[in-house]
Amino acid sequence: MKKQSRRDFLKLVGATGAGLVATGAATCQANEAVKVNNEELGMLYDATKCVGCKACMSACKRVNADYGSLSYEKARFDTDGLWDAPSDLSGSTRTLIKLFKESNKQWSYVKYSCMHCQKPSCVSVCPVSAMTKEPVTGIVDYNKNTCIGCRYCQVACPYNIPKFQWEKALPQIVKCDLCKNTNLREKGISACAEVCPAGAIKFGKRKDLLEEAQTRLKDNPDKYIAHIYGEHEGGGTNHIYLASMPFNKLGLPDIKPEAPAEFSEKIQHTIYKGFIAPVALYSTLCFIAVKNMKKHGHGEDDSHKKEDK
Amino acid sequence: MAHSEEFQKLEGRIFTKSFFILLAVVLTGFFFVGVRFVKGIGAVSNMSDGYPWGIWITYDVATGTAIACGGYAVAILVYIRNRMQYHPIIRSAILTSMFGYGLAGFSVMVDLGRPWNAYNFFVPRQWQANSAMFEVALCVMAYSTVLLIEFIPAILTSIENSKWTRMNAIRNWLHPRIAPDQKTMEDKLEMVRLGAAWLNPRLNKVLIFFIVLGITLPTMHQSSLGSLLLIASTKLHPLWHTGFLPLLFLLNCIFIGYSIAILESLISSYAFKRPFEIKELSGLAGLVPYVTVIWFSVMVGDLIYRGQLAAAFKFDFYSRYFLSDFLLVAIGSLFMFSGKLRRSPRWLFISAAMIVFGGALYRFNVYLIGFNPGKGWRYFPSFAEVMITVGIVALEILAYKVFVALFPVLPNTSHGKSHGHAPAAEPVKEAGYAGAAALNTHN
Repeated sequence: MKKQSRRDFLKLVGATGAGLVATGAATCQANEAVKVNNEELGMLYDATKCVGCKACMSACKRVNADYGSLSYEKARFDTDGLWDAPSDLSGSTRTLIKLFKESNKQWSYVKYSCMHCQKPSCVSVCPVSAMTKEPVTGIVDYNKNTCIGCRYCQVACPYNIPKFQWEKALPQIVKCDLCKNTNLREKGISACAEVCPAGAIKFGKRKDLLEEAQTRLKDNPDKYIAHIYGEHEGGGTNHIYLASMPFNKLGLPDIKPEAPAEFSEKIQHTIYKGFIAPVALYSTLCFIAVKNMKKHGHGEDDSHKKEDK
Repeated sequence: MAHSEEFQKLEGRIFTKSFFILLAVVLTGFFFVGVRFVKGIGAVSNMSDGYPWGIWITYDVATGTAIACGGYAVAILVYIRNRMQYHPIIRSAILTSMFGYGLAGFSVMVDLGRPWNAYNFFVPRQWQANSAMFEVALCVMAYSTVLLIEFIPAILTSIENSKWTRMNAIRNWLHPRIAPDQKTMEDKLEMVRLGAAWLNPRLNKVLIFFIVLGITLPTMHQSSLGSLLLIASTKLHPLWHTGFLPLLFLLNCIFIGYSIAILESLISSYAFKRPFEIKELSGLAGLVPYVTVIWFSVMVGDLIYRGQLAAAFKFDFYSRYFLSDFLLVAIGSLFMFSGKLRRSPRWLFISAAMIVFGGALYRFNVYLIGFNPGKGWRYFPSFAEVMITVGIVALEILAYKVFVALFPVLPNTSHGKSHGHAPAAEPVKEAGYAGAAALNTHN
């Protein structure tokens, strides 16, 4: 009797597990392979051209301050608050220039802002579609009017781009939207690219940017690391990089060509395909439970059925 | 009424010393909740853009709901495996599940930055089925409702048999001018009683379909709690990041569920001075090793498959946490495997506690300890953050104590089914433990 029941139990656990195991192992089934759309808008940042003047940072904040409820950040030494001195991307800062210095000869600037992925993790994980990717421009945009503030986008983003306004009672997520509602609409170019005096930021369609990057690599092979960061990383990004130093030293993580969102969606889709598995599970369990109850109703006295009469 | 025989109310006072201690903790927690809503999340917590999920998500949601899986695990046992002898413990299991999930939902509302937008979960245009979070949210909300429905029979039974002593006491306490007329009040209460008597059998007829829903939903969202971290492929340590996370989380919540059902029963027997339900519990304990063995096989098999087994024995920071959760569960399971130890309340307690801690540590490993967003980020919960979580847990215990006194939840000890123990009515002379001392049984 006891052995029998254990076997039943294992069967049950096995059955629930089996579906999930199958999904874990199932690979290319139902896999909508990410199609790279090179017509989307993006930026090419060339770290070797950047002079570190931070004009892009102040232009970004000037243009987007109202729209993103951005405020100026005080540095610790600047008690008067004369300068805007953010030390990292934050709930008030969408773009940032940093200096990485290995030695007096080996150094590089680096710009941080949203990578505008081809297959963005933040869009994939947002439960209420507050993060969206525009189909034509490819801009990854955020809508604070639907956002619930769960911060799953922050967990998901491999580049740690979305930032949360921790200090505010009514906070929101802040990230670059390529000046979609401000400079891009008015002047057709993002503010950072517009003001860059050194030509380090090039704004345009992804295909043109890739072409330009390849030309630069071919013309000056000694100047650059022979890699266009963002061409394939995480399924490809629209914000791409050229630099003279290894990218992971500049704070850009090594990411496999497969988009993280593809991996997770594949598993989630296989489990919940057409909602068949949950419905099947429910009906099977209902069948077993009702049968058990009936059997029981005739036997002992603590059954639910007995209470009707 | 069959149910009122199977379950009984706990005799004793509600407003005891432990009640007020718990209440003080709850109020401290809620003070910080107030601060959070006035001054922002940053004012009370140490969360950051690198660690956007702290202990509120890791403990209250991811671990708390697993610990609240007692109702789920026992329901599988009773209704699917048809082990009706475990039916007496189901109500207290469901009650703790109800509080566990309800308060997980509450702490989510504390944790959400923009909770006023949460209605978007009910706007189909905003649905985003790719998101594991969407699935978890809807499922948890649905399951909390189902748990409430599952618990309603206890409330109805209690209304049916109520003599309205508290109600009358309140009426008598009120000033005669504002107190309602004795006759009208009695009529109205009688109508409520009749309504409850009408509803109870009808609800009981369809209850089984809700119970089964209460088994399906946790199967879905407990696995999805694992899916939540699938996306963090660059941040979660390879020891834990695997496509099998959903399955591992599901198995994990089942063995935590059985172990916590054992713990809850032992603790409440001890605190309320009732006989231990040792026969049922040792039966439950006998099941746990089977689930944990499957869990271990999936985990180890997957590590071998991904070539990460060596990482488990590096004895670095991550490996140590991995091995601790592994060993806690393994040793606890070994104890439970032994039929002799399983029949001793002490060993049952030790092994169940080890398994619950080990299983919970696994979830902490996945959500916090194995999560590394990059250089420069660190997280350790702040005092206020911890106090909010502690306050919520205290509220859970408080509500449980009140509910078992108001409604027939605990197994009826005089309901003579194979309980070869001392009758509960005999007052046990033992002081010291605050909860036990405070809840002195009269009669």
